Amino acid sequence: MGALMQKTAQHSPKRSTESQQLSLKQMIKNNMRSYSMVIALILIMLLFQVLTGGILLRPLNITNLILQNSYILVLAVGMMLVIITGHIDLSVGSVAAFVGALAGILMVQHHASVWLTVLICLLLGALIGAWQGFWVAYVKIPSFIVTLAGMLLFRGLTMVILEGQSIAPFPKTFQNMSSGFLPDVFHGGEIHLFTIVIGFAASLLFVVLEWRKRNSQKKYGFAVTPAAMFALKLAVIAAVIMIFTYILATYEGIPTILVILVALIIAYSFVANRTVVGRHIYAIGGNEKAAQLSGIKTKRVTFWVFVNMGVLAALSGLIFAARLNAATPKAGNLFELDAIAACFIGGASAYGGIGTISGAIIGGLVMGVMNNGMSLLGLGIDWQQAIKGLVLLIAVAFDIYNKNKAA
Amino acid sequence: MYLYPLISVTLLQGGQREMSEFILEMRGITKQFPGVKALDNVNLKIREGEIHALCGENGAGKSTLMKVLSGVYPYGTYDGEILFKGEVCRFKDIKQSEQLGIVIIHQELALIPYLSIAENIFLGNERAKRGIINWNETIAQTKKLLQKVGLDESPHTLVGQLGVGKQQLVEIAKALAKDVKLLILDEPTAALNEDDSENLLNLLLELKKQGLSAIIISHKLNEITKVADSITILRDGKTIETLDMKHDEVTEDRIIRGMVGRDLTNRYPSRTPKIGEIIFEVRNWTVYHPVYSERKVLDNINLSIRRGEIVGIAGLMGAGRTELAMSIFGRSYGKKISGEIWKNGVKIDVSDVSKAIANGIAYVTEDRKGNGLILMEDIRKNITLSRLGKISNHFVVDENQEIVESERFRDQFKIKTPSVFQKVEALSGGNQQKVVLSKWIFAEPDILILDEPTRGIDVGAKYEIYTIIQQLADAGKGILMISSELPEILGMCDRIYVMSEGIITGEVSREEATQEKLMRLMTKTAIQEGA
Repeated sequence: MGALMQKTAQHSPKRSTESQQLSLKQMIKNNMRSYSMVIALILIMLLFQVLTGGILLRPLNITNLILQNSYILVLAVGMMLVIITGHIDLSVGSVAAFVGALAGILMVQHHASVWLTVLICLLLGALIGAWQGFWVAYVKIPSFIVTLAGMLLFRGLTMVILEGQSIAPFPKTFQNMSSGFLPDVFHGGEIHLFTIVIGFAASLLFVVLEWRKRNSQKKYGFAVTPAAMFALKLAVIAAVIMIFTYILATYEGIPTILVILVALIIAYSFVANRTVVGRHIYAIGGNEKAAQLSGIKTKRVTFWVFVNMGVLAALSGLIFAARLNAATPKAGNLFELDAIAACFIGGASAYGGIGTISGAIIGGLVMGVMNNGMSLLGLGIDWQQAIKGLVLLIAVAFDIYNKNKAA
Repeated sequence: MYLYPLISVTLLQGGQREMSEFILEMRGITKQFPGVKALDNVNLKIREGEIHALCGENGAGKSTLMKVLSGVYPYGTYDGEILFKGEVCRFKDIKQSEQLGIVIIHQELALIPYLSIAENIFLGNERAKRGIINWNETIAQTKKLLQKVGLDESPHTLVGQLGVGKQQLVEIAKALAKDVKLLILDEPTAALNEDDSENLLNLLLELKKQGLSAIIISHKLNEITKVADSITILRDGKTIETLDMKHDEVTEDRIIRGMVGRDLTNRYPSRTPKIGEIIFEVRNWTVYHPVYSERKVLDNINLSIRRGEIVGIAGLMGAGRTELAMSIFGRSYGKKISGEIWKNGVKIDVSDVSKAIANGIAYVTEDRKGNGLILMEDIRKNITLSRLGKISNHFVVDENQEIVESERFRDQFKIKTPSVFQKVEALSGGNQQKVVLSKWIFAEPDILILDEPTRGIDVGAKYEIYTIIQQLADAGKGILMISSELPEILGMCDRIYVMSEGIITGEVSREEATQEKLMRLMTKTAIQEGA
């Protein structure tokens, strides 16, 4: 074998540079889908910016967009993992409502502390996820059935524990979780100075991380993006971060919920792309039998994906209750469908194995911007639903068309 | 003056008999797949009212020939001509061949378990007027058909509640309902026990008396000699000979010689084995069927592998080879598994796949698309999947290291692809197989179980795979190689175990091994052993 390696080693340098250039093309091709969704998102935003006469991108409205969509985006992150493993979770809306109700009972009726309540609620979410994960992973009941049952079960239990009533109001600290802003430690007056500083810091961090990544690739002798292109890419993304934070700074600064959201997106993207368990999740969705025969504990991984979904559904329920400042039996209605739609618009495959966290976020934002834009235009909820339905269908049809063209 | 007309009359009669003697003639059938000639100028003649056996090794072209006949491969995708009852046929699809009365019963039964016997028999052939089914007629005709095939069941019984033997009879009844003239049975007794097989063969003989013609594809030579009137032997897509059971002296040995008698040219890289001590042992390994848990699939298997040795497992389809491999590899097959696995003189735990991998066992599946690869993922992620720990630090995958490692395999095994970021679904069969091999070599096993490592791969890539296998053995690993191609087993293996019906029927050294000897052990059944 050694001889064979030596023989081919002579050819390898040339071949590998050749391949890296091709692979860049390949990577662009592979990422076409996520780029095209970013472009679609930008186009939709521009469209509504024009139609609404510039209201859409006003600081107040941008802040609103974040606040309005946070709980769906949290769900979409968890849902993406579920969909990648080849499953679905229809119960997240009901679970969110149930957890919100429990939070109301604990905090409003029993005056439990905010942090204790949040902890208990997240644990309850994990428990519910474990319950559903058990049936899906170990008993092999299709997730559609298990979570359809869960959807009914937890909606029913919500109404039971709330006795059909809403509970309000929540303590101020709890409300701040989803409607508060980071304080301006620098007291900038007109402009929220701390937000500007964070914007700078984030851009700088991004540049440093990308730089280190590129150096490490160089160290391995891989061909890297040409310096000019690399610089352009960094400049554009840094500029976007700073413009975004500037817009927020001209209103009230960075919403607390945005911090939570960004942390979740970064953490879950890292888990999905860079860790062993992330690989296992994709492998199970791609070919469960092959994954199992590669030594992956497919049942255990599937189980934990559902536990994770339960925790995120609980978090979403808390955020929604805090925003509404009430725990209601109707909370979280149809959230599951928005989250699922976000994933599919964001490029997930209904057969599993394909999808990205950033895709789920972009899909969620497409839905969110359309909701917001159409509301600003005064379009009724009837037409909004109809149009959203069509957008979902067209996005997935486009995806399948692209795949067939590639094959 | 008198004689002439008389002669001409007999000639005419003789001529007519010639015409109608054969119900089916397939002449010069050639079928080409990309890179492979599956059928090469094959001739097949079936007499009216006979049972004709079609014999050949796995991959000899039997199934392809039957697919050409039934219209699965439509007219125009093959060369040659088909004459049925003296008329040229150009089938566009199965429907057309069925209309003439040519019906195939496939090895995997095509019945729907949740429908009743009657519904299954008339599926696609419903007794209906203007789309409305006449159930009374359906039931009445089903009863007649069931009587004909000797099945004493209600037409309303669900097919899923029947055993495999009875299901096979339902299939035949279904064929009879289509007014079958020529019945083709592909391995009809492969899944049946002795009694059911006997029953089925008797039914065939009975139907023959009533004028049915049949083609039977079977590996079980004792069955063929029992029911067949003549035999056509295929090998490497060519007709070797047609034997008449009455006039030619036909023995099982003669058939075997016809099936395997090919020249062994230089299709295997030469190698001097360096064989060491025993490193792997399977002791008293018994496995039951995962669904029919009273059925023994493997019965008391014992085998060993030495360091640097390539050990072959020969056997026909259904002999239990893949089941053996998968049950050893983390109990991925079967129930109620008993027995022990020893490695380097120590008993090891292989109760799940990750433990088997940790104990240095790798299994390269026969079904690389279904069980081996994640087709939608790229080469790099497939290669590292079974041992991600090797390139990770605290559960974080080092992607740069991953690229380096997978590039190394791409170079070493000459995987033809622009980059390791290529999705494996876009690769050819041979290159996919190289990815699967890379994946398991990456896991650094001591024992590699290779299940049909060259299935569906062209000759050139086969040679490369053989080279890789030999290099692995020379590096001190133990190789267990399952193959349905006898020449491959003979060309590659230092020692060969032969399996039949879940038991090891023989162990043959490289020196002693001949195709005839292996084939005899492969077709050895429980009954013969008892006799």
